[in-house]
Amino acid sequence: MTTHVEHAKCPTVGLASLDELWFQVAGTKCNLECSHCFVSCSPSNDKFGFLSLETVRRHLEDSIEHGVREYYFTGGEPFLNKELVPILELTLKYGPATVLTNATFLKAEWVARLRKAQDDSIYCLEFRVSIDGPDARTNDPIRGEGTFDEAVSGVALLVQAGFLPIITMTRVWDDANDQNVLGQFRKVLAEHGYDRARLKILPRLKIGAEASRTEGYGQFDRVTHGLLEDYDVGQLICNHSRVVTDRGIAVCPILLDSPTAILGETLNDAGGDFPLSHGACFTCYQYGAICTNTASSPMER
Amino acid sequence: MRIAFFGGIYNNYLALAAAIEDASLRGAERMYCLGDLGAFGPHPDRVFPLLRDNQIECVQGNYDHSIGNDLQDCQCGYTDPRDNWFAQISYNYTYVNTSLKNRHWMRALPSEIRFEVDGIRFLLCHGSPRKTNEFLWESTTSTHFLERLFQDAGADVVLGTHSGIHWQRQLNGNRRFINVGVLGRPENDGSTNVWYTILDTSRAGGDRAVPPADMGPVEVEFVPLLYDHERLAMEMRQEELPPEFISTIREGWWTTCLEVLPGKERGEGRY
Ligand code: SF4
Ligand code: SF4
Ligand SMILES: [Fe+2]
Repeated sequence: MTTHVEHAKCPTVGLASLDELWFQVAGTKCNLECSHCFVSCSPSNDKFGFLSLETVRRHLEDSIEHGVREYYFTGGEPFLNKELVPILELTLKYGPATVLTNATFLKAEWVARLRKAQDDSIYCLEFRVSIDGPDARTNDPIRGEGTFDEAVSGVALLVQAGFLPIITMTRVWDDANDQNVLGQFRKVLAEHGYDRARLKILPRLKIGAEASRTEGYGQFDRVTHGLLEDYDVGQLICNHSRVVTDRGIAVCPILLDSPTAILGETLNDAGGDFPLSHGACFTCYQYGAICTNTASSPMER
Repeated sequence: MRIAFFGGIYNNYLALAAAIEDASLRGAERMYCLGDLGAFGPHPDRVFPLLRDNQIECVQGNYDHSIGNDLQDCQCGYTDPRDNWFAQISYNYTYVNTSLKNRHWMRALPSEIRFEVDGIRFLLCHGSPRKTNEFLWESTTSTHFLERLFQDAGADVVLGTHSGIHWQRQLNGNRRFINVGVLGRPENDGSTNVWYTILDTSRAGGDRAVPPADMGPVEVEFVPLLYDHERLAMEMRQEELPPEFISTIREGWWTTCLEVLPGKERGEGRY
């Protein structure tokens, strides 16, 4: 009974339009083990497994009738999946692709193949590289010893191949310091041959390490019916995305760990309403679709 | 019939005047504007008489919606602080230099225009048929996504402008999406010309009894347009608009509002 009451109190959001299809292509496997990773990925976490080229192909085919606009690839670290390069080559025949990577596991020959795949396509291949600060001192305590230098070398590889990776950083400094940090970042990246870096600061999220550092989500940090009045639910990823995982279609890339996140086997049975009952939903409510590229989520007029 | 379509004007009334003349010479019988009358350029109020005197019907762009409704910004949705800084400069300049009468006029503009010519159903929008400020770039818009938009929109030809670089995609049954380009600034290719679009429906001709797949396609011509860009640059200097905007007009490379460009389009530019 209690769950019913809880659910009645909690607003739901349906899939209005399947614009972005995500692939949890490396499952929860990662070569790193960042202290703030909200899906707790690591070299040993195999809760979610790799997606095969065939699985991806099937869902790309399914996505046509849904009119999907673009495709996102995440993990874990996508490049741990040995089929990632052929998967991206295939995807670029269907539409634009974006890979979320830590750039510490790249090979020059893969990057060269991907550059050719983009040249052969009318579509764009974007890389979103997470680095959490303009120097090893800020980044490495969070992402691991030596990861700053590795990631910057990875970025240099992408830039040499003609890509313009988007560097995303979680704001682990004071808001007032943004300009300073961005300036430092520009300088470092320019020294590595990237003189027009695309930088994007992501807001602090009260999950992972941040949850223990601050108070985490309080009991009232929830989306309510009242909060959704006059709110554009298009800001929420679950309103226009779904995620293909090896265990079925998930509601969004954020709630993978939640048992209710898996909605069905195919895109056709994954469109239903989803209750915004999680603390993370409150973060989405406040900050909008921070996981997707800027032009993908215009504000409602 | 030949029809001319003008994209974002961004206060560039000199390019608009040149485009009207050029399109008339090329035999355009009708002219439309797809919105975003204000932005980078000087003297916003000089755009409106040209539109009215030449019976150019306009779609409301995100800029026009903002200025017309006294909003705080242009609704381009930048998150980059530098982009927002520059966007706010041109927005504030445009707002205070647009007369009350013209602001009210923009408020009343429609978010889409539909008509039928030679059996072809046209839909004119600003960004996408479903959202005024949606960016549809060539490299980030899948063909099946466009097919879905067309199904929902019930049109054979959809035209938009918002993202600012011209392109087109042929869909099933001779339907077509066209971004007509913009008159307001050059296309980030190192040339100073701007772009507009002329469609010719005469070869397509027919009535709705003929399914569009059996009609010929509309002929699309993207027109590169030279205009007195040095005069525009001079007027921008006189109005104390940022040197970054002026360099775009004089050199043809975008210097601001770069965040929303996909990597592929951005890679074509200098900044
Ligand atoms: S690199 Fe990304 S996926 Fe891997 S542990 Fe760090 S945050 Fe998680
Ligand atoms: S975490 Fe965000 S995207 Fe996921 S269900 Fe909640 S609101 Fe939607
Ligand atoms: Fe616009």
